[in-house]
Amino acid sequence: MIDILNILLSESFWAASLRIASPLIFGVLGALLCERAGVLNLGIEGIFVAGAMAGWMAVWLGAGLWGGVFFAMLAGAALGLIHGILTVPLGLSQHVSGLGVTLFATSLSYFVYRTSLPAVSSPPRIEPFRALDIPILSDLPFVGPVLFQQTALTWLALLLVAVIWYVMNRTPLGSALRAVGDNPDSVDAQGLSVYALRIGAVVAGSSLMALGGAFLTMSAFDAFFFGMVNGRGWICIALVIFASWQPGKALLGAMLFGAFDALQVRLQTEVGALVPGQIFLMAPYLLSILALVIAARRADYPRALLTPWFKGQR
Amino acid sequence: MRIEPRSKVSKTLIISVPILSSFAALLIAAIPISFAGANILQAYQEMFFGVFGSVFSFSEMLTRATPLIFTGLAAALAFRARLWNIGAEGQLYLGALLSVVVGTGYFDLPPLLLTPVIILCGAMAGAVGMAVPTFLKVRFGADEVVTTLLLNFVILIFIQMMLEGALKDPMGLGWPQSSPIVEEAMLPKLLPRMRVHSGLILAIVCAVVVHFMLSRTVWGFRVRAVGENAVAAKYAGIPVHRSLFMVAIFSGALAGLAGVSEVAGLKGYLTADLSPGFGYTGIVVAMLAGLSPLGVVLAAIFIASVFVGADSMSRAMGVSSYLADLVVALSLLSVLVGGFATRFRIVWSKRQPGDNG
Repeated sequence: MIDILNILLSESFWAASLRIASPLIFGVLGALLCERAGVLNLGIEGIFVAGAMAGWMAVWLGAGLWGGVFFAMLAGAALGLIHGILTVPLGLSQHVSGLGVTLFATSLSYFVYRTSLPAVSSPPRIEPFRALDIPILSDLPFVGPVLFQQTALTWLALLLVAVIWYVMNRTPLGSALRAVGDNPDSVDAQGLSVYALRIGAVVAGSSLMALGGAFLTMSAFDAFFFGMVNGRGWICIALVIFASWQPGKALLGAMLFGAFDALQVRLQTEVGALVPGQIFLMAPYLLSILALVIAARRADYPRALLTPWFKGQR
Repeated sequence: MRIEPRSKVSKTLIISVPILSSFAALLIAAIPISFAGANILQAYQEMFFGVFGSVFSFSEMLTRATPLIFTGLAAALAFRARLWNIGAEGQLYLGALLSVVVGTGYFDLPPLLLTPVIILCGAMAGAVGMAVPTFLKVRFGADEVVTTLLLNFVILIFIQMMLEGALKDPMGLGWPQSSPIVEEAMLPKLLPRMRVHSGLILAIVCAVVVHFMLSRTVWGFRVRAVGENAVAAKYAGIPVHRSLFMVAIFSGALAGLAGVSEVAGLKGYLTADLSPGFGYTGIVVAMLAGLSPLGVVLAAIFIASVFVGADSMSRAMGVSSYLADLVVALSLLSVLVGGFATRFRIVWSKRQPGDNG
């Protein structure tokens, strides 16, 4: 017990939690935008891969770190546009289209990577985002290492939570977005375009998902590996239900998840000899399933989620 | 211009759409092939002869199609009832796991009895693998898409744990692999000196059985009714939950059989890289087949041809074999769009909808 307490009180534990949570924050926010507008985006897992690959490759080709962020988001937006067109005006199955986008994005990323780098045994590395060093703030006890020694991308993730909360709850665009996921007929009656709002939300959400992927290759690690996304996208889909489609709770959910993941890594070093390491590797996925089971009945699903809407057809 | 539903969907359209979509996907593959700097025509030629060039290459394609028929059936059956089983990958591994547990000598059975026991146990393991998320769905409302997807990861890690622990082959030179299944209990090969095995026959029999069950039995009628409108089905007195569980058990069992057939028909022992995504590819197979069980056999043959052809083309021309995965993904997306064309049509007139009342 003392060990766990020691871990929970350490700065490095909370710094790691926030670091692990960062890509999930991007992903959950992205999924939240899509689903609030009524579109489930199972393309998320593949969009993570594409974002990770596009961001890394852009930097490797010399676009600079923020250039990498731009190209990752562009890749995400393009994939989101495919999913948006298939599911919104064409009204095709959101499940199948999303899985199709995941398969497409993953195989395309792998193909492009293999074709550009045919004969590398160890993946080429880039110079990733460095931890910010803010005078005074970084030297504060506890808060300094946890909050003020993170990379710019983690800060961007935290900032986006506030921005998306504000847009969703305090702007006309946000209320239109929420309405299009609850009652598209009412949006249409106001003379707004259901198609444009939904596709826009999916494109914007997908570019956020891609940022989550880019975080992996440009901040958490410094290279692209096959299988590096490893289900993080699917975990985001579970977390967004846990978060009841609220940006604030999405942050909380991602942080809780990050904390558990950081804890299991530390416990593993403590009791590693007694329990097979795989038990700890399973934990994040089991935890997500548990979160889903707890939250599912109480979840306030966007009422028009998964329901296609066609103009002029009630 | 406007889009309106077709009043009648023609049979020709239903059959031609998946074929056209598959060819469209193959044609689009010219773009990545030329991106890789290869001669397009030569690449297609290599792919074609990589499958149809010899009896051996053709038998390799059938070997590859076998697990895809099983996972394709698993997806097709579940999707018919709108039960989104995306967990065939995990269920495949569960089936493979239990078949090596019973097949490597834990039970002292005569080989003639051991083979059916292996098959049954593998199917059961897969069924349990799908019954759990279905229970979570029915009891707690937990979306089965997410739970089955996440369970795939849990199960694969569990397999790795077993292969490094309890099931590790003591004679395996330290590799994380299971002991081999008793030689006499392996599924018989179909042709001498080729890898194609009787799992293929089992897969085709399953396709015929599922087809018969869906189209000719009360149970199949219920499954289709639940899939088309669960609320209406409930009011019509159909036991929705029980039907869902039945679908889950059969769908999981089919995915489990894919694992059995790979282990007991082909590899002989279990490793953690048994399946290169057969579970996920099964979804594409099912969609290409329009969720028809007999169509699954043909779709699996097409997808397997893409994989085997692309592999051989990759060896000959150095184009990455991820091309095959790309073609598979593209054919899923194009058959989706094609499905739209069967149900709707575009009317090029200026008349507004509703003008005629």
